[in-house]
Amino acid sequence: MNSYQTFSAHVRDNSPVALVTVIEGPHVGATMVVTPAGIVGGSLGNADIDRIVARDALGELEAGRTLVRHYGPHGESTPEDLIDTETVRIFIESFSPPPLMWIFGAVDFTAALARVAKVLGYHVTVCDAREVFATRRRFPMADEVKVTWPTPMFTENGHRLSSRDAVCILTHDPKFDVPAIQGALATSAGYIGVMGSRKTHAKRLERMAEVGITSAADLARIHSPIGLDLGGRTPEETAISIVGEIIATRTGRNASPLGASDGAIH
Amino acid sequence: MRELLTDIDRWQADGKRVAIARVVDIEGSGPRGAGAAMAVNQDGEVSGSVSGGCVESAVVSEALAILSGEQPSRVVTFGYSDDEAFAVGLTCGGIIHLFIQPLEW
Repeated sequence: MNSYQTFSAHVRDNSPVALVTVIEGPHVGATMVVTPAGIVGGSLGNADIDRIVARDALGELEAGRTLVRHYGPHGESTPEDLIDTETVRIFIESFSPPPLMWIFGAVDFTAALARVAKVLGYHVTVCDAREVFATRRRFPMADEVKVTWPTPMFTENGHRLSSRDAVCILTHDPKFDVPAIQGALATSAGYIGVMGSRKTHAKRLERMAEVGITSAADLARIHSPIGLDLGGRTPEETAISIVGEIIATRTGRNASPLGASDGAIH
Repeated sequence: MRELLTDIDRWQADGKRVAIARVVDIEGSGPRGAGAAMAVNQDGEVSGSVSGGCVESAVVSEALAILSGEQPSRVVTFGYSDDEAFAVGLTCGGIIHLFIQPLEW
């Protein structure tokens, strides 16, 4: 297998891999493939630079970052070592598994949200305890459909959720939504959204308080009612408002029209 | 790159040579971030994109020149500038730096 085949096999398996390429300096175009197991293909020109850049690439891969770094010809990276030496610019590109979206509740909004989430590259899991609703036939666009209650779902798989991932709770059923919120709060999920009218939301706050969800830090993590105020009604419009909120949460923006402000766009 | 793999594999299976162009850096406002990629085969067929359509045709010319050996693998810059070398611009006013190389690794 050449380096490209090794690299593409990892990308297809959704297993983390960094592609590392010299873009300026000696050996332009030299490419190396790095995984958490170490260097799995290629070389940047010499063993010293390979070792040092592989170590840095692993750090970038863990953080999911893609960027250019500068080194000396043998991997020197401290400023004093770089004076009067040729600089090697190296592009480190991280390929991390897709972010996860768990959607609780197998309703019409779920199908629309799953479709929109797929457009954004999420690995989508639909979860509902009702066997007749949680079927592959109803959610062909989802990557997984699980017939289970929220508590076992989080107990078994919650450790997989990180700050890149989203939990969307679309059931309006108290049997589901409070356990799902409790489960989601115990994970590192970057976004937790819960659907419901303002009335439902107010009642749910009471039920959450009954099970001890009262801290400001916990409540601040919960987006409820879910979504941005776009005034949409259909499941598809609602899905757009939800993913819009997910993006704005990640970027820390307030999701107002660009025309109403004059700061930098990106 | 992820979305290019199927086309690249097909081209390579047909014995076609392939160049890849990847955004390595952007300055100011850019439509796609670092890592946006496109692939160009020796016949000028294209997969993927690196901007909102502003620079793709210029990237194809560069990629073909690199595949034919007229130009070495290198960083190519597109964007707003007074320099005539940057005649192909981005409508958003940003600058993108692409690394273009033959896929020979």
